[in-house]
Amino acid sequence: MKKRNMLLLTFYFLLMAAALIPGVAVSAQQPTPSDDEVNAIARQLYCPVCENTPLDVCPTTACHQWRELIRQMLAEGKSAAEIKQFFMDYYGARVLSEPPRTGINWLVYVVPPVAFLAGVYMLFRAFLTWKRLAKESVTGTDHSSSPGSGSEPDKGSRTAADDEYAIRFEEELRKRQ
Amino acid sequence: MLAQFGFGVFVLTFLLALFSVGGAVLGYFSKSDRWVETARRAMLLTFPLITLAVLTLTYLLVTGHYELQYVYSVTSNDMPFYLKITALWGGQAGSLVLWSWLMSAFASAVTLRKWERDRELLPWVIVVTSITLAFFLSLSILYENPFARWWQTAAGEFVPHMFAPAGAIPVSPADGQGLNPLLRHPGMIIHPPMLYLGFVAFVIPFAFAIAALVTNRSDDRWIRLTRRWTLVAWLFLSLGLVLGMRWAYDVLGWGGYWGWDPVEISALMPWLTGTAFLHSVMIQEKRGMFKQWNMLLIILTYALVIFGTFLTRSGVLSSVHAFAQSAIGPMFFAFIGITFIISVALLIYRWRDLRAEVEMTSLFSREALFLLNNLLFMGVLIVCFWGVIFPLISELVTGQKVTVGPPFYQRANAPLFGALMALMGIAPLSAWGKSTFQTLGRALWKPSIPSAIVPVVLAILGVRNWIALVGFTLVAFVVFVTMFEFWRGARVRQKRNNENFLVALWQLAGRNRRRYGGYLIHLSMVVMAIGILGMELYQTTTQKTLAVGENIQIAGYTLRYDSLAQFPYTDGRIVTRAVVSVFRGGKYLGELYPRYDYYPNGQPMTIAGVRSTLADDLYVVLVNWENVSVAQAPFKVYHNPLVNWLWIGSLMFVLGFLVAAWPEREEEEREGKI
Repeated sequence: MKKRNMLLLTFYFLLMAAALIPGVAVSAQQPTPSDDEVNAIARQLYCPVCENTPLDVCPTTACHQWRELIRQMLAEGKSAAEIKQFFMDYYGARVLSEPPRTGINWLVYVVPPVAFLAGVYMLFRAFLTWKRLAKESVTGTDHSSSPGSGSEPDKGSRTAADDEYAIRFEEELRKRQ
Repeated sequence: MLAQFGFGVFVLTFLLALFSVGGAVLGYFSKSDRWVETARRAMLLTFPLITLAVLTLTYLLVTGHYELQYVYSVTSNDMPFYLKITALWGGQAGSLVLWSWLMSAFASAVTLRKWERDRELLPWVIVVTSITLAFFLSLSILYENPFARWWQTAAGEFVPHMFAPAGAIPVSPADGQGLNPLLRHPGMIIHPPMLYLGFVAFVIPFAFAIAALVTNRSDDRWIRLTRRWTLVAWLFLSLGLVLGMRWAYDVLGWGGYWGWDPVEISALMPWLTGTAFLHSVMIQEKRGMFKQWNMLLIILTYALVIFGTFLTRSGVLSSVHAFAQSAIGPMFFAFIGITFIISVALLIYRWRDLRAEVEMTSLFSREALFLLNNLLFMGVLIVCFWGVIFPLISELVTGQKVTVGPPFYQRANAPLFGALMALMGIAPLSAWGKSTFQTLGRALWKPSIPSAIVPVVLAILGVRNWIALVGFTLVAFVVFVTMFEFWRGARVRQKRNNENFLVALWQLAGRNRRRYGGYLIHLSMVVMAIGILGMELYQTTTQKTLAVGENIQIAGYTLRYDSLAQFPYTDGRIVTRAVVSVFRGGKYLGELYPRYDYYPNGQPMTIAGVRSTLADDLYVVLVNWENVSVAQAPFKVYHNPLVNWLWIGSLMFVLGFLVAAWPEREEEEREGKI
C-alpha cells in the first residue's frame, strides 16, 4: 500500500514537473483548474507539515506543491473525494479537517453529545428531587407563600414571586432607597 | 553580572513564596496571628522583588545583551525600542516571568489589606496564591530561565546555561534573532498581557473559594468579596480573546479571526467556565443555591487556566512525544493533577455543608434558566476540551494523529450558542423563585412580536439560509428584550418619581448597575453575533493571478491590479506592496495596498489591504507563496460581510463591563469590598 502510494506520488510529481516546463504542458486534458477550484479542495485539507493550518492558506513550499498536485489531479478529472482520499492514503488521517468516522475516531463525535445529554438528564433528575424536597419542606413546616412579595426574595424565603413587573420594581426601588 | 542578579532575585522570591505558604499554614493551625502576618508580609515582598527581576530583564532586552539566550532569541539591533520592551513576553521564558509577575501583583493587591473582618480566610488565600506563584517561579528557575547565557562547550556546541559548564567559554553574539514578525502587531503586543491578566485574576476567586472550603465558610462571603476580581478576570480574558481575534484577522492573512486552533481554544475554555460562574454566583447571592456548583466551577476555571498555559507551553499540542521530551510539560501536568485532586477532595469533604438553603421549585424560574445557561456553557466546554485532547488520545492509542478542525467545533457548538442566545433573551424576563410558563409567557410576548417580524423581513429581502434566519431572529429577540427591560424599568420609575424619561433611564441604570451593565454586555454579545453570523455564513473568497490592469470580481466589487513596488524599510525588512483600485457598480471607491514584508531573519508577514464598512470588509491579500512580479501578481480576496460588528460589539462589551463593575456607594459601604 505504502509502496503503491509512493509510486503514485512520484508519478504525480513528474507529471507536475512536466506541466511546468514551457511548451511541454500536458495536452489532452481539461482546461487548467482555477485557483478557486484548487482552493475549494485545499480548504478541506490540512497541511501535513504545519500544525492546524488549512492547505489553501499555508505559505510553505511543500503546501504550494501540494496545491499544484491538486490542480493536476483536477485537470485529470479526479473528483474532490478522490483527491482527498489520495492525500489521506499518503499522509494519514491528519490531513482531513475532521477524523474519519471509523474505529476509535467515533469517540470524537459520540462523547460530547452523550456527555451533554447525561448533563441534561442529571439536571432533570436533580430538579425533580428539589421539587419533591421543596414540597415536603412546605407541607412539613406549613409555610404558606405570600404572592406579590417581589421577585427577588431574600434567601430562605419560599414565597412565590409575583411577576407583575411594577410591583417587583417598586419593591426593588424601595429597598434601594 | 546583571543576569546573575536577576536570577538570584528569582530564587529569593521563590523561597519567599514557599516561606509564606509555610507561615500561613503554621499560623492557621497554631492560631498565631503573628505567623499569618509574617506570611502576608512575605507575600507582599514578592511583588517588588519580581518587579526588580522584570526590570533587570527588560534592561537586558533593550540594551541588547545577546549573550543571554532569551535576549538573543527575541530581540535584535534593528528592532524599535518599544518592541524590545514587549519582547519581555515574546518568548516562552519571558511569558512565564510575566505570569509570575502578574500573580505576585494580584496576590499582593489582595493581601495588602489586613482582612480584619475575614481574617480566617487570609492564611488560605496566601497559601493558594503563593503556591501558584512558587510553581511558576520554579518553572523559570529550573527549566525556562530567561537569564541563562550562551556558552560554547569544548566540543564546539553552543548551549544556554546559567552557570558555566565544565570547559565551556562564554559567547556574546553581536546581534539577536529578533522577535517573530507575527508578534510585532499591536494586537499581539497587548493580547498576551490581557490574556494573562485574565488568567491570573481568576486565581483570586479560586483562592478565596479554597479558603472558604478549608475554613468551612458555607455562606456567600467569598463570592461577594471576590465579585470584582471575577469581573476583572472575565474582562481581561474577554479582551485577550478579542485582541487575539483581531491580531489573527490583521496579521495571519487568511481572512478570518478564529480558526478553532487548540491555542485559541485553550484560552476560550476558562472563559466558558468563568462566564458560567459569573451567572451562577448570582443565584447563590440571591437565593443561597448552587453553592457546590459554584465551587466546582471556580475549581474548573482555575484548572483550565493552568491547563491553557500548559497546552501552549508544553509542546503537547504538536505531539504527545514533544510533551514527553519537554521539561515543563510533566511539571504542569503534575501541578494541574495535584491541585485539581486536592480541590475536588476538599469540595467533596464539605459537600453536605454546602447544600442549598432553598430548593428550586420551578423549571421556568430565573435560577432554573441560569442553571440551563450553565449546562449549555458546560456543553461548549465539553466539545472544546474533547476536540483539543482527542488528537492526543488518538496518537497515544493508535499512533496516528488526527486533526479536529473547525467543521467539528462549528457543527457541535452552533446549536449550543444558539440556545445560549435564546436564554439571553428569556432569562432576564423570568422571575426568581416560583415562576410558571404563563407568567413567563406574559413577560415574553411583547418583545417576541417585533422579533418574529425579523425573519419575515429577511426572507422578503432574499435571505434563504435557515441558520441565518434563526440566528438573526435570536439577535433581534435579545435586542428587543433588552430594550424592553430598559424601557419598562424607566417607565415605572418615570411614573413613580415624576421624572423625565431620559433621566429615569439614566437613574435606572445608575441604581442597579450590575443588572443594567449585564444587559449592555448581553447587547454587546449579540452585536458580536451579527459579525460572526455574517462571516460564518456569507464569507466568500476568490483567488487569481492578475497582470497589470486586469480585474478580479467578488460580491459586486471589482478590483484592478495597478502596480507593485518593492523597497527596504528602516528596520531592515523588505516590503513588497501592490496597489489595487476598488470599484463598485463602476464607481471608484479607492485604493488598497496589500503587502508582505520579509524580515532580515527571513520570516515573512502578510498585511492585507482592507476596505472596512459597517456592511462588509473587502480583504485583499498579496499571495506571497505564489510567484509575484511587477507584471503578474496573485491576489486572494475575501468578502467578509458584517465582520465589523464583531469589533463594535467588543467595544460595547467594555462599556457594559464598566457599568456593571462601577462601584455602587451603598453596596461598597455595606460589603466592605476589596
